[in-house]
Amino acid sequence: MLREGRVFKFGDHVNTDEIIPARFLATSDPVELAKYCMEDSRPGFGQREDLEGSILVAGENFGCGSSREHAPISIKAAGIGCVVAKSFARIFLRNAINIGLPIVELARTDEIEEDEFLKIDFDSGELVNTTKERKYLINVYPDFLQQIIRHGGWLPFATANLTPARVLGQRSGHEA
Amino acid sequence: MNKKTDGQTMTEKIFSAKAGRRVTTGEYLLLDVDVALANDITAPVAIKEFQKFGGREVFDPDRMVFVADHFTPNKDIQSAQQVKLVRDFSQAHGIKNFYDVGRMGIEHVLLPEQGLVKSGDLVVGADSHTCTYGALGAFSTGVGSTDLAGVMFTGKAWFKVPEAIRVELFGNFAPGVSGKDLILHLISLIGVDGANYRAIEFTGPGVAQVSMDSRFTVSNMAIEAGGKAGLFPVDQWTRAYEQERGIEVELMDADADAVYSQTIAIDLSGLEPVVARPYLPSNGEKISVLEKEEIAVDQVVIGSCTNGRMEDLRQAAAVLKGRKLAQGVRCIILPGSQEVSLQAMREGLVEIFINAGCAFSTPTCGPCLGGHMGILADGEVAVSTTNRNFVGRMGHAESSVYLASPMVAAASAVRGIICGPATLGIEQE
Repeated sequence: MLREGRVFKFGDHVNTDEIIPARFLATSDPVELAKYCMEDSRPGFGQREDLEGSILVAGENFGCGSSREHAPISIKAAGIGCVVAKSFARIFLRNAINIGLPIVELARTDEIEEDEFLKIDFDSGELVNTTKERKYLINVYPDFLQQIIRHGGWLPFATANLTPARVLGQRSGHEA
Repeated sequence: MNKKTDGQTMTEKIFSAKAGRRVTTGEYLLLDVDVALANDITAPVAIKEFQKFGGREVFDPDRMVFVADHFTPNKDIQSAQQVKLVRDFSQAHGIKNFYDVGRMGIEHVLLPEQGLVKSGDLVVGADSHTCTYGALGAFSTGVGSTDLAGVMFTGKAWFKVPEAIRVELFGNFAPGVSGKDLILHLISLIGVDGANYRAIEFTGPGVAQVSMDSRFTVSNMAIEAGGKAGLFPVDQWTRAYEQERGIEVELMDADADAVYSQTIAIDLSGLEPVVARPYLPSNGEKISVLEKEEIAVDQVVIGSCTNGRMEDLRQAAAVLKGRKLAQGVRCIILPGSQEVSLQAMREGLVEIFINAGCAFSTPTCGPCLGGHMGILADGEVAVSTTNRNFVGRMGHAESSVYLASPMVAAASAVRGIICGPATLGIEQE
């Protein structure tokens, strides 16, 4: 898997109320949620037309706050290809893996600035700041999480491997 | 991991019991959960995912709990549609634990109160404050909607057994100090990510001095330090609480030689009321410092999943009894459940609130997340017993929220500036 794009830079402790404020949560439609992505951090951000394939870069504890999956959904639906942060809040990390939004933990995000370009190769575990021509090694996920990621998320994995036939109805499934 | 002892944390004990073998920290597990919870914001996402991936019948309807509490009573057409989706799905799939307006409470007050979660349970909830049930000695943690859909497919969720931080409590609270002050103090010590990926376990002789309602408040805010869970031992008080609900539980505590990533000692008797300044819950400040600043208050909110239980309302009422709100201050009381509302009525607390000039609401999460029922305008200041004070959390991005205990919130409503009950000459028990 490869991600390449321009950087939008955010700070520490970007919380889910900034990523998708509660006043926009009366819907769960990804297209609607995308419009208000990062609204309380950068008003109008979700309406930009150059988000496709871009990369969010942030500091510590990205996605702290509520469990709302609307937060990673709004980021993914806005076309953003990956989030790189020094660290992620636990539930956000879990949600991102579950819905198939690529995320990268990188301690040295201070060296990455707005409008620079990054190239991330998840297979070789290499992140390159092509603007500054700097290379970084990124952590590979543990085996258990890789299984989920390879399936494209938790539900593709769970329905293919762990779900009894009665639950799925017509579709074939395997007893847990 | 190079463990030096055989001792286990509460976290390891519960995960070992569920896995049917001794587990170690850092291990990934796929486990059956006892209860899976979602609300009117997160359940619709889970239901749509369940349908999208071909779900026909729910794996086990009896372990699902849906509570319509965030935008209810429905604030607009969109939220009415969301709740309708959850109501119809529950009906179609035999989910009897769907709590609608009139039956519902704020989820984290309702579930323990109704005995839907119990000590030793493994609980996931598509709401970050699901960690509240750690007060009962349940391992209970916030997850996302996809995890909820996963439980609907398999009855299971995936877990990484977390490391734990030990918080040893000594002494007893001084008058006017409660669980809210303890947790705001702890978060100010370790920061909003101080417990990220980890559980917080409260132990020590001081635990017995922390009431069940205060324990719920403390566990509720474990997530505000990033905690995966906030666990109390199962002691005689927990057992008594559970017995009132017809549930028999075994006593449980961490082993004395359990291995923790960090230990923090807190002397309860040394605490004074703590208030978290905007815009992070970790910005805790002693009330004596804030009082000198004479910060004017526009709105006070008392209640929520953090502080919407009987002890909270009793403490607020003790401050408000025979007093009036300061000129220009609005105060909204949010009881956590219908049971709490009824009991508050029986005890005459509702009358005290209304005579003081407060609005007494039906249970709802409404104002806490800036949803409805008490949104802040540009530049307004709130003192709130809720759990988050992020930018724009309760309304306008230029409004600000100070997090406090029910006693501090009530005293601030009376004086119109942020202050503790002691400044009103009140000796709280």
